[in-house]
Amino acid sequence: METKFRESIDKAVHNPNLTGALGRFSEAYRISRAKAYEGYDFEALRTQIAERKSYAASHLDELADLFTRNAEARGTKVFRTNDPAQVREYILNVARENGVKSVVKSKSMASEEIHLNKHLEAAGIEVGETDLGEWIIQLAGQTPSHMVMPAIHMTKEEVATVFNEQVEEGQEPDIPKLVKFARGKLRTKFLNADMGITGANIAVAETGTLVIVTNEGNARLVTTLPKIHVAIVGLEKLMEKFDDVVPVLTALPKSATAQLMTSYVSMISGPVPNTDGTPKQLHVILMDNRRTEMSQDPKFKQAMQCIRCASCLNVCPVFRLVGGHVFGKIYTGGIGTILTAWFDALKSSDDIQSLCIQCGNCTEVCPGKIDIPGLILELRRRLAVEKGQPLAQKAIFSVVNKRKLFHSMLRAAYVMQKPLQKGNFIRHLPFFLSDMTEFRSLPAIAEAPLRDTIKKIKQPACQEKIALYAGCLIDFAYPEMGESLVKILNKAGIEVVFPEGQTCCGAPARYSGAYEVAAQNASDNINALLANDVTYVVSACPTCTVGLKHDFISTFESLGQTDSLPRARQLADKVIDFSSLVKKLVDEGRLKFKEGQQLGKITYHDSCHLKRTLHATQPPRQLLTQAGYEIAEMYEADMCCGMGGTYSLKLPEISAPILERKLVNIKNSGAPVVVMDCPGCVMQIRGGLDKQRSTIRVEHTAQRLADELE
Amino acid sequence: MNAVFETFKLRAEAVSAEVHRFPRKNEALDFILHYLHDVGISETPQTGAVWASCPFLDGFDQKQLSSQLPGLSFDVNREASAEAKVGISQLDWAIANTGTLVQDAARVDQRLVSTLPLIHIALIRSDRLVPDLPSALSKIRPEQTNYISFITGPSRTADIERVLTIGVHGPEKLIIVFFDGVCDEPGRVN
Ligand code: SF4
Repeated sequence: METKFRESIDKAVHNPNLTGALGRFSEAYRISRAKAYEGYDFEALRTQIAERKSYAASHLDELADLFTRNAEARGTKVFRTNDPAQVREYILNVARENGVKSVVKSKSMASEEIHLNKHLEAAGIEVGETDLGEWIIQLAGQTPSHMVMPAIHMTKEEVATVFNEQVEEGQEPDIPKLVKFARGKLRTKFLNADMGITGANIAVAETGTLVIVTNEGNARLVTTLPKIHVAIVGLEKLMEKFDDVVPVLTALPKSATAQLMTSYVSMISGPVPNTDGTPKQLHVILMDNRRTEMSQDPKFKQAMQCIRCASCLNVCPVFRLVGGHVFGKIYTGGIGTILTAWFDALKSSDDIQSLCIQCGNCTEVCPGKIDIPGLILELRRRLAVEKGQPLAQKAIFSVVNKRKLFHSMLRAAYVMQKPLQKGNFIRHLPFFLSDMTEFRSLPAIAEAPLRDTIKKIKQPACQEKIALYAGCLIDFAYPEMGESLVKILNKAGIEVVFPEGQTCCGAPARYSGAYEVAAQNASDNINALLANDVTYVVSACPTCTVGLKHDFISTFESLGQTDSLPRARQLADKVIDFSSLVKKLVDEGRLKFKEGQQLGKITYHDSCHLKRTLHATQPPRQLLTQAGYEIAEMYEADMCCGMGGTYSLKLPEISAPILERKLVNIKNSGAPVVVMDCPGCVMQIRGGLDKQRSTIRVEHTAQRLADELE
Repeated sequence: MNAVFETFKLRAEAVSAEVHRFPRKNEALDFILHYLHDVGISETPQTGAVWASCPFLDGFDQKQLSSQLPGLSFDVNREASAEAKVGISQLDWAIANTGTLVQDAARVDQRLVSTLPLIHIALIRSDRLVPDLPSALSKIRPEQTNYISFITGPSRTADIERVLTIGVHGPEKLIIVFFDGVCDEPGRVN
């Protein structure tokens, strides 16, 4: 990671204005977005958007031609190019031919993508951004910190200072007054401008129509007052039919700003008269800049479904800490990372892709139904292929791939950690490793791993057998979680077998882009787990469960190892997570909770993979309630705890504040116990609470339930 | 109809628009004239009103209206609109479930009076109210006009500290006036 990037993160997380504003916004957004969608079937709506946008992405060329024909038939000039330089040249030519001295712009990210302002200014043309936020950052000489709210990082005091220094002295930090001031100043610019530049939110091919959405009304002025209107439209804005406007216009305002509709929508299908009666010159530039290439990429094609609502930023636990500046480019957040990799360069995404903690929050709200974390993993994979893996990482993964060596090293670690260990924790590590224990204690490696202790459990002889996949954390750090699971399944008359050949699920390798290593892990595990005749393969780690159930398949698919797919699917069919399995057994009457227990308050933390990939939010809650607990829901129960596997090691400066928020929410629930289904979350949350010397107990659901069954 | 109207009113008011409804055209006109008078429309600069020609005006004597209320002009141009305090125009459709007005805005005066002045009075026939976006888009299509405008409440921004502030580039006040048809001229509906 570049030092510059690390510094920008450091600066961001230590900027209270930024994190405060973004934090408050993300909390308010969640509520207001839900309210805006009340009475709407969001799933149906986004399925429709995804389908229509995906259709367009598969027919880009055809739709661009159709748009061009229809728009030109009505007097619009259409120019299409893949080359950003040609876009700039075209606009400069139009400007020269018409003696343009000043330009007003309403927000256009496509123009930022090609650094248009700089080139226009170099040609002696005055350029005024008219979206208030864009104007503020233009004056301040900054880049936007959010795709929809570019100046969200600035306080009114800072805005007043910028106005005082750049425009006119005497401005007070009073928001309505600042807005009025901007209105007056920009009004003159509107009235004097020779050319207006806009983007577009949709370009309808069948009618040659541009749809432009704003709240301030600046796009209406930009398209009305100057005699020339140039629209720069990325090809991803194309849609086939006029009726396709409906789902996008229904979702965009709700997702972007939690409005039912933005204040203004303009649909422009051809030149209209100017205020002096002459016809307006209307130019539409269909800008490719690698969008066609993107639409032909089997993985990244879905990124063309983005409608730029920025809701993926608003729900992101990392974005609300660091904001947009660390991305260094015009497009920010998860989707911004993907767009930057394509529209700028793959290597530009090298550092920023590491910001994604893979929690999946964005996949729940994206109106384009884009698997943003999945695409970021694919970026990681491609980057790893392109530049090779860092040496240290390679060495580690080569160990992980040799199961016996890996396991004996973990056993050796138990002996080595002794001097550092206090109870079950390691609170401080020496040297460069100290980062890992700065904000939370680490679990000590268990004296005997689950693979040994399980042999000592006297299990009843049962007909039905289920295989346990432990995963590294339960096997080596938390064997007691596995033991609880055995105890529970035994009560249901099921014997638990532990296939010895099992090894790391490959998540660390996969999430680092080392897909070959992950594929080897997958093969080893498939062989081990399919060797026994069992009804299920159960895991008490959701990340491992997702690995076994989904990631093995997609890793093989990414690498084109199709031979391995049938057995991967065979395994996937058998895999189930702990809580879903136990819930099933309870429902079938094979397990019974002790009657009439009142066990008091607990709070439940949703682990990312369990909630958003396995969709199991209810089973653990129902089980705990049936056992006799009263669930005191914490705020943002389903927000990531900041663990993210190796993320907390790579980016402790982000992981720590995310954890901090989680701990506050846990404490505020008032419950003396917090329960979760993931040993990774237990490690993070227990370690954080231990560092704070809190008395709140942190347990896996299996541990909480083991003693409450008949 | 009334339920749909109530929905419109609720939604439009929720985004800070004012909504009125009159059974007759001349009542609507009276309301507007009173309003213009109350906000001090006069011939001094920055206090004028511009009214874009529209079917609503049919049957009214514009000259007489102008002389009745100096400062009210039916000659809409860039300068007059930029100077005006109030702009008045008739819109074509209203969408109930978002509180939105829709207009064929190809004529530039339609946009001038609704973008530049501080206050926009939007006239709309009550029978032009439709329940939702798809029904509006089945009535007004790009094949018919080069510029379709949707207006939902006054101009707004939240770009400074996310504080909602009304009236940034466009009007800071939107007054929507429904009229139920032309009962005083039997047999004619505009
Ligand atoms: S990726 Fe999805 S959520 Fe993010 S901006 Fe695009 S459409 Fe919105």
